[in-house]
Amino acid sequence: MSILVLAEHHDGALAGATAHVVAAAKQIVIESGGDIDVLVAGEGVAAIAEAAARLDGVSRVRVADHAAYAHLLAEPTAALLAELAGDYTHLLAAASTTGKNVLPRVAALKDVAQISEIIAVESPDTFKRPIYAGNAIATVQSEDALKVITVRTTGFDAVAEGGSAAVEAVGLSFTKGADNAQSTFLKEELAKSDRPELGAARVVISGGRGMGNGENFKLLDGIADKLGAAIGASRAAVDAGFVPNDMQVGQTGKIVAPELYIAVGISGAIQHLAGMKDSKVIVAINKDEEAPIFQVADYGLVADLFQALPELESKL
Amino acid sequence: MKVLVAVKRVIDYNVKIRVKPDHSDVDLTNVKMAMNPFCEIAVEEAVRLKERGVATEVVAVTVGPKAAQEQLRTALALGADRAIHVETDERVESLGAAKALAKLVAEEQPGLVILGKQAIDTDNNQTGQMLAALTGLPQGTFASEVKVEGEKLQVTREVDGGLQTVELSLPAIVTTDLRLNEPRYAKLPDIMKAKKKPLDVKTPADLGVEVASKVKLLKVEPPAERQGGVKVGSVDELIDKLKNEAKVL
Repeated sequence: MSILVLAEHHDGALAGATAHVVAAAKQIVIESGGDIDVLVAGEGVAAIAEAAARLDGVSRVRVADHAAYAHLLAEPTAALLAELAGDYTHLLAAASTTGKNVLPRVAALKDVAQISEIIAVESPDTFKRPIYAGNAIATVQSEDALKVITVRTTGFDAVAEGGSAAVEAVGLSFTKGADNAQSTFLKEELAKSDRPELGAARVVISGGRGMGNGENFKLLDGIADKLGAAIGASRAAVDAGFVPNDMQVGQTGKIVAPELYIAVGISGAIQHLAGMKDSKVIVAINKDEEAPIFQVADYGLVADLFQALPELESKL
Repeated sequence: MKVLVAVKRVIDYNVKIRVKPDHSDVDLTNVKMAMNPFCEIAVEEAVRLKERGVATEVVAVTVGPKAAQEQLRTALALGADRAIHVETDERVESLGAAKALAKLVAEEQPGLVILGKQAIDTDNNQTGQMLAALTGLPQGTFASEVKVEGEKLQVTREVDGGLQTVELSLPAIVTTDLRLNEPRYAKLPDIMKAKKKPLDVKTPADLGVEVASKVKLLKVEPPAERQGGVKVGSVDELIDKLKNEAKVL
């Protein structure tokens, strides 16, 4: 076995997701042994490569530092991965929007299937993954010589730091990546937030249609501050324009599995549950006692959120 | 330009699925089927491009069993001009579907191909990206806005931290996110007219592709059930339970 993990990074820092993907890679090599390499592709990524080298279990960090990879656009990044793939039995990336964008393109370039969003490793060729919005768990086996896999980060605990892998530049001519004339990055509008990242937060508090409007989401701020929580939302709240779409938790948004998930004014549609039902403890606050969210909530409070939220904030 | 739209027949998104007792798969007998919601958004975008005079023809395509022609008729009722059905009873996953679609792209030479970002049955989120790789075209995935600017396509993409805008050369592959548009409903007269629109049927063999999946489905199980919870009577009781029983505060 030898595994290549595509490192995820944002704003010059290694993303937490990468440590979860390395954890999945460690489970693949646990019996057979083998190397885990991390590929850091981007522009000006020396510090990110050093951070990746500290992850436990990593043998080698390969660095492709070039303007062509600046925003990890699918076309150059997939060409790079396809070129490196010959050295490996497995290619892994987080099931983030980056991983989902790039890896299927690599798989098709190598004429192999891709296995999406694994939540467990059964053996080096057999994996578990959720289907039908998490309402069924499929066990699948890949017969391909190269396994291309995205990893649901909430399925694997992050590896610790403490490693000291070698860092080396990828010896490529960059011809494939650099001549990417097909796609150009124009701009990015990233939501600014001082709160923990939704996917990695220990506590998440989410609002739904019951919040009424975007202004009322401020009712969640004080509680989130006291709990160190990230703030999420249901699709209904996003579609109604209360909050931006990157806050959406669900089948088509982010998948979270925090220790505590507090759903406020969220009815609990299948598509929302798909994004949060692996949370350790779920609390629902809803004035409709028939709401489906109460079927998955460990603790349910039937109450008007406009009274319950200020009270909760003051008593925490 | 010609726009190709791929659609998939899937279980209706409101249906609570059941796993077969022998754990071989999900039970789809007598279950309501529909067009995948992301594919509806793809059809809508193609039709809007035609209404704006950007697209000259919209061709809806699918790969799947005979019954999938219902979804092609739906696409025709929504405004597609004609349809192509690649008929197969094999279990087709993303790579097989992408290979069949790549052949259709080579035959039809569309200026733009639009797919949904994922099908709500397999939740794979792969076919568009794979089609882009196989055709050698650029990809604009998870699109929330699509603008044709001459020979270029500007795609605003929903990424983890917010939005990212890329410019692609045409022809290109786009996959739709939920917020790209609000799909229309098919009107009865359009449903009647759709029955007369052309629908070609081909087989994977006609296209010279192998669509059967190489990934073996060993087992399908229901997810672990959550323990039934309790209702609390007050905020104080809630805080007490979270502190002393669940120990998460």
